[in-house]
Parts: sequence; structure tokens; C-alpha cells
Amino acid sequence: MDILLMLLWIVILFAVVMLHVAYATYFERKIIGHMQVRLGPMRVGWHGLLQPIADGIKSFFKEDIVPENADRPTFLAAPIICLVAMLTSLAVLPFAKGWVLADIDIGLLFVFAMSSLASYGVVLAGWSSNSKYSFLGGMRSMAQVISYEISMGLSLVGVMLLAGSLNLSEIVEAQGDRFLGMYLMPQCIGFFVFFISMLAETNRVPFDLPEAETELVSGYSTEYSGMRYAIFFMAEYIGMMVMASIATICFLGGWNGPFPVPFFPPLWFVLKIYLFMFLFIWIRATLPRYRYDQLMGLGWKVLIPMALANIVLTACLKAILD
Amino acid sequence: MFPQFFFGYCALMIVASGLLAISLRNPVHCVLMVLVLFFHMAGLYLTLNAEFLAAVQIIVYAGAILVLYLFVLFLVSLREELHLTAFVPNAWLGRIIATGLAVGLIATIPAFTLGEKGVWTVDAIRQVTHTKALGQELFATYLLPFEIAGLILLVALIGGLVLARRDQGGGESDSASGGTAGDAGPEPVADCREVGR
Repeated sequence: MDILLMLLWIVILFAVVMLHVAYATYFERKIIGHMQVRLGPMRVGWHGLLQPIADGIKSFFKEDIVPENADRPTFLAAPIICLVAMLTSLAVLPFAKGWVLADIDIGLLFVFAMSSLASYGVVLAGWSSNSKYSFLGGMRSMAQVISYEISMGLSLVGVMLLAGSLNLSEIVEAQGDRFLGMYLMPQCIGFFVFFISMLAETNRVPFDLPEAETELVSGYSTEYSGMRYAIFFMAEYIGMMVMASIATICFLGGWNGPFPVPFFPPLWFVLKIYLFMFLFIWIRATLPRYRYDQLMGLGWKVLIPMALANIVLTACLKAILD
Repeated sequence: MFPQFFFGYCALMIVASGLLAISLRNPVHCVLMVLVLFFHMAGLYLTLNAEFLAAVQIIVYAGAILVLYLFVLFLVSLREELHLTAFVPNAWLGRIIATGLAVGLIATIPAFTLGEKGVWTVDAIRQVTHTKALGQELFATYLLPFEIAGLILLVALIGGLVLARRDQGGGESDSASGGTAGDAGPEPVADCREVGR
């Protein structure tokens, strides 16, 4: 019976997240449209509300092309590795008190492990396509993700020190439900480093070099079509959502809000995630792309030293104040 | 029942992916098999209540080290440059030596005895969580070995840095750091670039 209930929860979570992914694309197109003084999608349904569904059906029925000289098994598996890694990290996210599929003690590390696995999908897609654009995109993504994963991990060590736990629910509870309890204030350096690393880790503007259209066509996904391309797309948006959730949990106090909401406890959590999603899109509409050496310089020479300094500072302050 | 089944599955997959990793033709596929192997190693750690080790196994080995291996494999042209000269000239001689080694290893298994039980029983670890227990042991009981390991890694890091800097310096470092060291430096780089083509 327990297993059935668990399966039911998994199916509900999966459905909700997939709907979220579909409408995140709509959200993004609408916001960017209005920022550029256009209307965005308007034709399918009222104000284009059915556009994501039309897109989904379209990509589902398109031909799945595998290039002749591609490494077939790897080419077919790469998008699935990406999607599975991203979906798996959803299991440890606490959406509200007790609303978590797997309340494990190493939740934060688990999310890191899964996001490093997702980079394999991108790299293998680039390599197996047997195309120079894809390959360069994959290599860039790999170098970028390795570099920024370090600064991201280090920026969260401060949060771990303050909360004294790696369990995501306990991190939220350690922040309490007061406004000043949020780790955004005592961990402002950590949050700064985390936010920039988050953009780089999800391959978003201004760090979207792996899929820079002007130089690499579409980067690692150039040779993909139909449903497999859509799977990469889904993985990217789920990745954005997972990173936004980690930011919410570690710095913005998770599901806690000004007042508890009856019937739908995750309301504040969802609102905070959408705040981050809006920031992602806002940045995409505003900033130009980084150059590759600037990206590496920023990661290794600025963010990692800052994150290390933040760890020393947090540890010293904690030792003194306790 | 479930733990035994899980252990059996992990052990089987480790052996199978290990065998595939050394027998597949394409080096990138071999690296992928090693990735599968690392995941099942992490699974084995989980059966031992060592969830921190399991996560670190995936983050460090799968997420960083194996990706660097992939990087190196991508830089060489797989079909042309990867011709290894056999260590043992005759294949059958090699197989006989390997079988002999395997028999020797299996013969030592009966000598295995269980060690004494330590302070950290399963219940004790479950109470304080594995991460905390590991941290306390590592930074209190085994501080000196930990620092020595850190120092060795630092030496390797500085060594790598020195080698890389010398190659980059090229002509300038010749006059500065003496002929022998300077001469030894640039040559490997020339080789590497040939391999890259």
C-alpha cells in the first residue's frame, strides 16, 4: 500500500512538473515579448495560452532523425540521461513541511550529484552527434559545468555550516519563519556566488556559451530533432526549476512565508521559485553573452576565492558567536 | 531480503561493467561503463549506511575525474593514435598469467577474518547521521593522516602547476631556469599537438 501511495505521489509530481515546464516556456516567451515591446504568442488559444500544448504535440509527432555517422546508442541515450538526472533530483526537494518524496540526510549533496550527472548527457550529445558545432558546444558545457560546480558547492558550505545539516527540510527549519532568519542576509556573499553559478550551471544567459546561436548554431543539440530535442529542452527547464528550488530552500527560507496558507502549503515556495524563474528570464532579455575566457576567469579567479573567503568568515563568526 | 537482492544486483553490475570497460573497443564507451560501475559502487556504500561516501563518490569520481578522462579522450583521435603495444607479447601467455593471478586472489579469500567492532555501530551512525560521524572521526581522531594526505595532494598540485608554467614559458624560461629543464619542457607539448591533429 505504501508503495502504491508513493507511486501516486511520483506520478502527481511528474505531471505537475511537466505542466510547469510547458508553461515556463510560455511564461518566458510572453515576458521576453513584452520586454521587447511585442506581444509574444497570441494565436493558439486566448493570448496564446494553448501554445505550449501545441508545441508539445508538434515535437512529439516530428521525425526523430539520427545522423548517419553518429554513435547511435550514445546519441539515443544522451537526452534521456539529462532528463532522468534532472527528474531524480526532484525527489529530495521539500515543497512544504512534509511534502517531500525522499527526506534523505544528504539532500543537498544528492542534488549536486544529479546535476553533475546531467552534464554527461550534454557532453555525450555533443560527442556522439559527430558534428563540430555539437562537439564544441558539449566541450564548452563540460568545462563550464565543472568550473562552476566548484564555486556553487563552496558557496553552499556557509549554509551547511549555519544550518548544521545537509537535509533540505532541516535547512529550511533552521531558518525559522521570521523574515530576518532567512540565510539571504548572513550569507549574502554566498548568495551572490550561488546566484551567478546557478546561471552558469543551467547554461542560461549570460553564460549560454554551450548553445550560442551566433557561433555554434544550437550547440550540443544541433543534430537533435523532434522528441529528443524536446527532452533536452525539458531537462533545461527542470534544471532551472531545481536550481531555483535550491536557492529558495537555502537562502529564502523555503516554504515559510509571512503567514501560513491553508489548503495549499507550498504556495510561498512556488511563488519564490517563480521569482527566480522571472529573474532568469529578465537576465536573458537584458544581458549580452560573456566571452569564453571571461567566463572562466570569473569562475576561477573571482567566485571561487569569494566562496572560500565566505566559508572562513562564516566558520569564524559561528565559532565566536556560539 | 531486499538488501541482499540489492547487494547482489550491485555486485553483478560492478563485475559486468568492469569487464565491459576493459573489453569494449571504443574508449568513450569504456568510460561510460566505468560511470555505471561508479554508480553501483555508490549503491554499495548506501547498503553500508555510508550515504555521504556514496554522494561524494558520484560528485568527485563521476562528476569530476571521469569527465576529465572524457576530456582527454576527446582530444586524441581515437582511431589513429590509440595503438598500444602489448605488455605481454603472446595473448595466450597473458591469459594464463591473468588466470594465475585470479586463482591466487581467490585462494586468499578464506584468510579473511572479520575485524573487531568499533565504536560506530549502525544505530550510533543512524543517530548522529553519517556525515557528522565521518567529520568527527576525520577531523579529530585521524587529523594527522588527513593533513598528510592534504599535503601530498598539494605537492601534486604545485608539481602540475610548475610543469604547465614551464611549458608555457617556452624561449624565455630557457635562459632563466637553465638549459636542461628548459629543453625538456617544450618537446612534450609539440608531441601533444601532433596527437591533437
